[in-house]
Amino acid sequence: MARKEAIQLRRDTRSLILAFLLPVLLLVIFGYAISWDVRDIRTAVLNQDQSAHARELLDAFRASGYFTFRSDLARAQEIGPLLDGVGVQLVLVIPPDFSARLNAGRPAALQAIVDGSDANTATIILAYTRAIVLSYSLDAQLQGARVNPPVTLESRVWYNEELLSRNMIVPGLVAVIMMIVAAMLTSLTIAREWERGTMEQLAATPVARAEVVLGKLLPYLGIGLVDVVVSAVLGVWIFDVPFRGNVLLFMGLSAFFLTGALGLGVVISALARSQLLATQIAMIVTFLPAYLLSGFMYAISVMPAPLQLLTYLIPARYFIVVTRGLFLKGVGPEALWLQGLLMIVFAALGLGLAIRSFRKELG
Amino acid sequence: MSAQAPNDIAVAAQELTRVFGSFTAVDRVSFAVRRGEIFGFLGPNGAGKTTTIKMLTGLLAPSSGRGSVAGYDIGAQSEMVKRNIGYMSQLFSLYADLTVEENIAFFSGLYHVPREKRAARRDWVLEVAGLTDRRTRLTGELPLGIKQRLALGCAVLHEPPILFLDEPTSGVDPLSRRRFWDLIYTLTAGGTTVFVSTHYMEEAEYCHRLALMNRGKLIALDAPARLRAAATEPLFELKTDDSLKTVKLLQRMAGVREAAMYGRAVHVAVADRAQARAEIPRRLKQEGVALHGMDEIAPSLEDVFVFRVREAGGAPVD
Repeated sequence: MARKEAIQLRRDTRSLILAFLLPVLLLVIFGYAISWDVRDIRTAVLNQDQSAHARELLDAFRASGYFTFRSDLARAQEIGPLLDGVGVQLVLVIPPDFSARLNAGRPAALQAIVDGSDANTATIILAYTRAIVLSYSLDAQLQGARVNPPVTLESRVWYNEELLSRNMIVPGLVAVIMMIVAAMLTSLTIAREWERGTMEQLAATPVARAEVVLGKLLPYLGIGLVDVVVSAVLGVWIFDVPFRGNVLLFMGLSAFFLTGALGLGVVISALARSQLLATQIAMIVTFLPAYLLSGFMYAISVMPAPLQLLTYLIPARYFIVVTRGLFLKGVGPEALWLQGLLMIVFAALGLGLAIRSFRKELG
Repeated sequence: MSAQAPNDIAVAAQELTRVFGSFTAVDRVSFAVRRGEIFGFLGPNGAGKTTTIKMLTGLLAPSSGRGSVAGYDIGAQSEMVKRNIGYMSQLFSLYADLTVEENIAFFSGLYHVPREKRAARRDWVLEVAGLTDRRTRLTGELPLGIKQRLALGCAVLHEPPILFLDEPTSGVDPLSRRRFWDLIYTLTAGGTTVFVSTHYMEEAEYCHRLALMNRGKLIALDAPARLRAAATEPLFELKTDDSLKTVKLLQRMAGVREAAMYGRAVHVAVADRAQARAEIPRRLKQEGVALHGMDEIAPSLEDVFVFRVREAGGAPVD
């Protein structure tokens, strides 16, 4: 059974490409998309104080690498239209008395106007702006400015940069991607057999249910593990995410997690019996929870209590702890034993449910 | 059931019924198939043939009634049933993306063919399907007629005593169909019982016994020749210069049960032979239709089928 599935897979170039390209694509898209906004902040400047101080401050922004300066404005009236469009996300306004106040030893203000239509991005932009202003102030102090702090920036922000840092995203992504790919691939393969009528033929033979399910799972487990390696290597290579843990432990726990996810895929396809429906269900029951409720996108601690309870049922939640722990913290079995145990439970549950749900009966 | 079934009964059904929602696909069907028999299931699409076969092969649970195959109860012992049957479904159901040999090897595994016998069985299937020199071809690339013979070969890899074929030749050209039937005869010569459904009348003639199904009900069951002989109405073939007008006229005549065009001729079933011989020519002459010939003919299976359906009180479902 497994051999036949492997042969079929090898011939099915489309599925193979999907199996290997999907994780890479997801990783690259999500990896970049989520961090893109904070790397290339489109900035305009209204400098009403053409002084050395003002230039120094702007240079500090430039040097940070997070801002690209798009235009210099001449009048305050230009700000509105500029922000209304999509060309500019941040306008820095240096007031006319900026250097005069600094030189006089009084605090000077820098005004930052942010496009707030994307609250998340706006928050991050403000955070960066504040950080740069702060470091500029420190520099100025070291150079002998008499006032503390010399430059101030007013902002009311809740600050959540950590969640969106690349190092947190990539290991989480690996977990989410595994969940999606695994469930999707298996749900497709069995649903396809129902659609083509070969499953009916299979059902009329004395083959054991466990044999069919395991035969379906094994080749995909292989592919899944390759996917794990590919996304981990990509994460380290493209996104400079550290990998500090034990590779074997990582692969072992991934294998259990994959088995569970693949089993889930079998359950889905046994229920759906059409490829289209199976894909949609797989999307809904794996992607959304893994994406939204696993702690990947939104911190579990800020969710409403009922949702928090729900997250305990999401296997990806635990696997994300595993991937983050292994990538970033380099922890070993002593820290991950609970998650490891849960992975094994998930695998056993997935497999058991898969065999149970797979019926050699129609209608 | 299995205990009561005599030894020479391969397949038995008792009041077998399957309901889908408010639709009764199979309605209290009972029959017995003898060992070594070619048992045909004839009926239009939607008559319940496939549903019956799926129940007998353990793929579908009956809503009520019982059945046994090879002495095993189809409900309680469906895995034992599956060990003793070969099944070929309506849809082409080999793996198109596997080669001929890979398909055979795969099904050998599924049917638990002992390893030492596998090579011999494979060569046998390749030979009967005429695929010895095409064993490494992808199955999907083969012509339909050959695919069907390969599918049949795969279904009997484990030499099952009973073979279920669900419209095995639909869409296959007549010559390939004939060759397929040669293969079935070869199998029955070896003692295999064959249960085959079809909607081809000429194929039905190949069966030892024939069950006519319509709207989920079994409306007749006998050998094809006896079914034809038992048709109770005299049947005439008329040759006229205007078949369409003839049919319209006849359908409005008293004593005419059925009138339909058959090629360029008209077949008419009547209540009374003598009355028909007198009345029909007179009526046609009256209406200006030239009658070139009127002969009583033996009914074909199709005539029998149409007659039986009418007798059972329902037109075939489209």
